[in-house]
Amino acid sequence: MEAAAEPGNLAGVRHIILVLSGKGGVGRSTISTELALALRHAGKKVGILDVDLCGPSIPRMLGAQGRAVHQCDRGWAPVFLDREQSISLMSVGFLLEKPDEAVVWRGPKKNALIKQFVSDVAWGELDYLVVDTPPGTSDEHMATIEALRPYQPLGALVVTTPQAVSVGDVRRELTFCRKMGLRVMGIVENMSGFTCPHCTECTSVFSRGGGEELAQLAGVPFLGSVPLDPALMRTLEEGHDFIQEFPGSPAFAALTSIAQKILDATPACLP
Amino acid sequence: MEEVPHDCPGADSAQAGRGASCQGCPNQRLCASGAGATPDTAIEEIKEKMKTVKHKILVLSGKGGVGKSTFSAHLAHGLAEDENTQIALLDIDICGPSIPKIMGLEGEQVHQSGSGWSPVYVEDNLGVMSVGFLLSSPDDAVIWRGPKKNGMIKQFLRDVDWGEVDYLIVDTPPGTSDEHLSVVRYLATAHIDGAVIITTPQEVSLQDVRKEINFCRKVKLPIIGVVENMSGFICPKCKKESQIFPPTTGGAELMCQDLEVPLLGRVPLDPLIGKNCDKGQSFFIDAPDSPATLAYRSIIQKFCNLHQSKEENLISS
Repeated sequence: MEAAAEPGNLAGVRHIILVLSGKGGVGRSTISTELALALRHAGKKVGILDVDLCGPSIPRMLGAQGRAVHQCDRGWAPVFLDREQSISLMSVGFLLEKPDEAVVWRGPKKNALIKQFVSDVAWGELDYLVVDTPPGTSDEHMATIEALRPYQPLGALVVTTPQAVSVGDVRRELTFCRKMGLRVMGIVENMSGFTCPHCTECTSVFSRGGGEELAQLAGVPFLGSVPLDPALMRTLEEGHDFIQEFPGSPAFAALTSIAQKILDATPACLP
Repeated sequence: MEEVPHDCPGADSAQAGRGASCQGCPNQRLCASGAGATPDTAIEEIKEKMKTVKHKILVLSGKGGVGKSTFSAHLAHGLAEDENTQIALLDIDICGPSIPKIMGLEGEQVHQSGSGWSPVYVEDNLGVMSVGFLLSSPDDAVIWRGPKKNGMIKQFLRDVDWGEVDYLIVDTPPGTSDEHLSVVRYLATAHIDGAVIITTPQEVSLQDVRKEINFCRKVKLPIIGVVENMSGFICPKCKKESQIFPPTTGGAELMCQDLEVPLLGRVPLDPLIGKNCDKGQSFFIDAPDSPATLAYRSIIQKFCNLHQSKEENLISS
């Protein structure tokens, strides 16, 4: 799919936030999706750029799998998830002919697609662009940060789970952010305990405390702990809006609090 | 090789250095000279090295965080319980090397001898290698592009002195990229027995795992079977079960039926698994009667049975 490079496609995007981890499966896509939904419910116009080329999870999480990407005069039109066009998404998931097709690419080809995603998607006017990344500190991450650098991202949200095995990888991610000159807005600890729906006993399924300790050690803000919540898992599976449908559920308070902290940390812009 | 044009014909193609898209590429001269087309001598060297390794198993997923490293480590522990079986555990997750921590080997360093790099031994019959042993601090990030990661994997396969080994278990990072292509390519002539694929029950995992299964088929890597991890949670207080990661589309069982691959088993969530991984010890020792331990043991048994019958079929065919 060839689209002419448009230097101005990110000109209307006010703030860019990257969601990173060093560790896979900690909930980057979940946090990216829920942050976008929460910001949208706070009245913001939000876009999500999913640069996980091997495992693009976000289309399913937002009920958008199988949607087609169309070209417009400024490049690719993102997929709008609502009539009001307050939330939009671009992902390699939309470009696969078959959903089970593996994207088996080496670094240079991945880098090239990421550059196109950054420059050729006609986002229009957005308050926030949330960029979901794959795990690691390699080609895709360097390509994404280099491509976004001219647009001065607000910073990175770094996600971990409580256990030492996650924290070990996330420490390396923090070093990566420092080396790449990317500000860390804060750490989110996901999968922080599970409250049994039968007896309300809370169990630390994936150990405890690692996220907060890491934030203290690294001198970055701790944005909050999100508990394991089957209702959240289910809405992600079914592509529904958890923030809208489950305001009483365990993860809701944590997710909306994190979104509020992002809003508070966003510098005011001149209209 | 960095900064190649996005429609690069490939360093080992007939068009290398000569295609229209090669103009202006910093590697054009190198490719045009035919350097990329030279067969990699390492493949032959690795084939030679792997002659003392009886069985090679890859542990894959498409999805991160499903328990590949946990499974690799416990498969190694389980097989190594037989003192007469020599086990090697190789961690090729270059950016996120979890194996040193899970095996209780954090802070260990690699030593060189005349016959190559020495693995770090957990037990006399269980040796481990990981990029984690080459880093001087837990904060060190490995910020490498594909070619450098491939080089490391090549060294791990060619230069580590494993000795006589019954099983080489290779723990991989999530995805279907450089590391996976490289390990399959480097071990192709040395014969990989097959892959164990790990998933969790939800569709968000399964959709990535289906891609991984297709990758295996594309590169002709036999699939020994699938393990469904984090399959249900039993509350330690009231003993009632909850599905934290719900199998909304039928879980691994239905996927395995659809794609005709064996399901090796399901492992429930047990908080002691995470705790033991953090402490760097075998979960089997701390919780020998846990449903998760029993599930693991059953899976390892099934793995051995399936794997052995595959080998017998190969010999008799």
